Amino acid sequence: MAGIVSSKGERSAWLANSFVRSRLLMQRQGALLMLVLLILFASLRYDGFLTAFNIFHLLSYNSLFGLIALGMTFVIMTGGIDLSVGSLVALSSVVAARVSPHGLLLTLAACLGVGLGVGIINGWAIAWLKIPPFITTLAMLLAARGLALLLSNNASIVVDTTSDFNVLANNFTFGFDILGIGAIPIAVVILIIAYAVGAIVLNFTRFGRHVLAVGGNEEAARLMGLPVERIQFTVYVMSSVLAALAGALLAAQTFNGLPTEGVGWELTAIAAVVVGGTLLSGGMGSVLTSLVGVLLLGLIFNILNFENGRGLISITSFWQSVIRGAFLLVVIILQSRLTRTRGKVGQTPL
Amino acid sequence: MANLNHVAPQQHMLRRFSLPRLLRGGQTYGVVGTLVALIVYNLVSTPRFLTFDGLTEAVNVNLLQVAPIAIVATGMTLVIATGGIDLSVGSLMAIAGAVAPLVFLSTLPLLSNPFIGITMGIIVPLLIAGLFGLFNGFLVTTFRIQPIIATLVLFIAGRGIAQVISNGNIQVFRGSNFVLLGSGRILNIPVQVLVMLIVIIVVAWVVRTTTFGRYLLATGGNEAASRLAGIPTDRVKRTVYVISGVLAGLAGLIIVAINSSSDASNVGLNGELDAIAAVAVGGTPFTGGQARVWGTLLGALLIQLIRFTLVTKDIPLPVAQIINAAIILFVVYLQRERKS
Repeated sequence: MAGIVSSKGERSAWLANSFVRSRLLMQRQGALLMLVLLILFASLRYDGFLTAFNIFHLLSYNSLFGLIALGMTFVIMTGGIDLSVGSLVALSSVVAARVSPHGLLLTLAACLGVGLGVGIINGWAIAWLKIPPFITTLAMLLAARGLALLLSNNASIVVDTTSDFNVLANNFTFGFDILGIGAIPIAVVILIIAYAVGAIVLNFTRFGRHVLAVGGNEEAARLMGLPVERIQFTVYVMSSVLAALAGALLAAQTFNGLPTEGVGWELTAIAAVVVGGTLLSGGMGSVLTSLVGVLLLGLIFNILNFENGRGLISITSFWQSVIRGAFLLVVIILQSRLTRTRGKVGQTPL
Repeated sequence: MANLNHVAPQQHMLRRFSLPRLLRGGQTYGVVGTLVALIVYNLVSTPRFLTFDGLTEAVNVNLLQVAPIAIVATGMTLVIATGGIDLSVGSLMAIAGAVAPLVFLSTLPLLSNPFIGITMGIIVPLLIAGLFGLFNGFLVTTFRIQPIIATLVLFIAGRGIAQVISNGNIQVFRGSNFVLLGSGRILNIPVQVLVMLIVIIVVAWVVRTTTFGRYLLATGGNEAASRLAGIPTDRVKRTVYVISGVLAGLAGLIIVAINSSSDASNVGLNGELDAIAAVAVGGTPFTGGQARVWGTLLGALLIQLIRFTLVTKDIPLPVAQIINAAIILFVVYLQRERKS
């Protein structure tokens, strides 16, 4: 029983210290602060930044990452990781393109099926076969990518543009105007709904608390009687379903099912979750901060594009990855300075 | 002074290196068995199997590709044995591969001497890769950042750095002696295979017999206890990331030498995934505390051989990938069973 009196117990006592709590708040909201600052910076510096066109484009594209990051947040909160989401997006987009002639509902059902299938395999292997999440989802990353290439014959498949599947790429029009905006992209609506549901689940349902408990201390959760395996299984299914949904949206937005897309997306999602402040060791986290993380990372790209457009500095795509890496570095160093519990000694990172 | 035998999980490491050690534990039998079965199958059904060392570039699966992967995976084994992970190795391979031609093709006075040029062309990239490894090590130890995130930084930025260094150009070099690293032979054994074997033997020896090796396993087994026992865990971890970086750089150099060209966008692509898969199949647990260096070699061989077998049987590459993934899962699953 000695293992149960873990440093997590000490941590909660320590959290009661309000000074520390405010530091953690600053760490959590640090991402939000940086987001706001960057938005201010960008709107002052670039003429085209605050236009509905740019903002909606930014949001639509990043809604895909947002959905993936949402699933990833839950997975990471249980102390696991899901590396397969990028390949799953590609697979789902291929499936969506293939099934698109049959209409929106059937296409969504097909993608949902794919997401469920992959998620069930992941969840089962991790929860009951006890294969480490890193390896399982790594293998699934390879398998899903292979399946995507197979189903598409190594080429990209064009979406049937006459089908009503393409409504996913359209805007959702209100009957009226808010601040002169009459419509927002459906992808953004889906994103908002998903995050609203996710936040409610995490903060107000028993399942949400169980997720945090399992991530905080799996043995303690098990001894408390929580269905640990079922919880772990569920979060991987959630992650895969969200990734499949993102794949369907991708197919709609790009009019193509691309088997080679989505490479590295899982790592962007992980970066977004970490930037947002959720701890990789599990047990603590917030859904909305992941959204902030996604927007932050997406904003960097947006700003880089604007910067390139101004022509003063030419930042080639090579430098873009360096800048993204540098940004991630700054964020994680700042986070490690703002909280003392990062990187627990002796705890496995995976 | 604390008795390290209580901290370090295995007692075997106090004994000297011996061949039966390789096959210790049932975990390895599965891997070896599959390996032998595949070799026999290929000997029987694939013509010219034993001479297939000059496969066409189109078939991106080559038995000799094992060497770079095995070298990187050896470094990865050490990192995983300390309970960490290194996602940056693929990018470090690219960086080393990008720097090398710049050095030995340079027309600067000292460097244009072929001997010095090539020697520096090997040492400088390895130094740079080692420095990046040290960077990883500092992030993990001084800033206490989770290894997966710390090495994620270079994973994202490293390839970009390599591309910036090489200006996005593919550097081609023919006729330079550097390519001997990839295509040369000593006693009819390819140089890269010799390098791989030397690396593995040295690392395995270090793990089994040196104090550093014991510190490494102790740190991975129980870091808090090791630290309390007086082991310099931070220094051990930093060193391990440096080693991983240097070995990744070495692998990058070999790949560049084999191809007689350095393409920063492609060298070492997916190298970290291949290495991690090899380590997993090789039996090193991700929780740390054990380093099965020879197991990793077996794992790398098995994965490559599976790919090779599938591709030569005209199974399309995507399907081969799926089967590969399934086999990796299966082997790791077998090992989990025995361990618990």
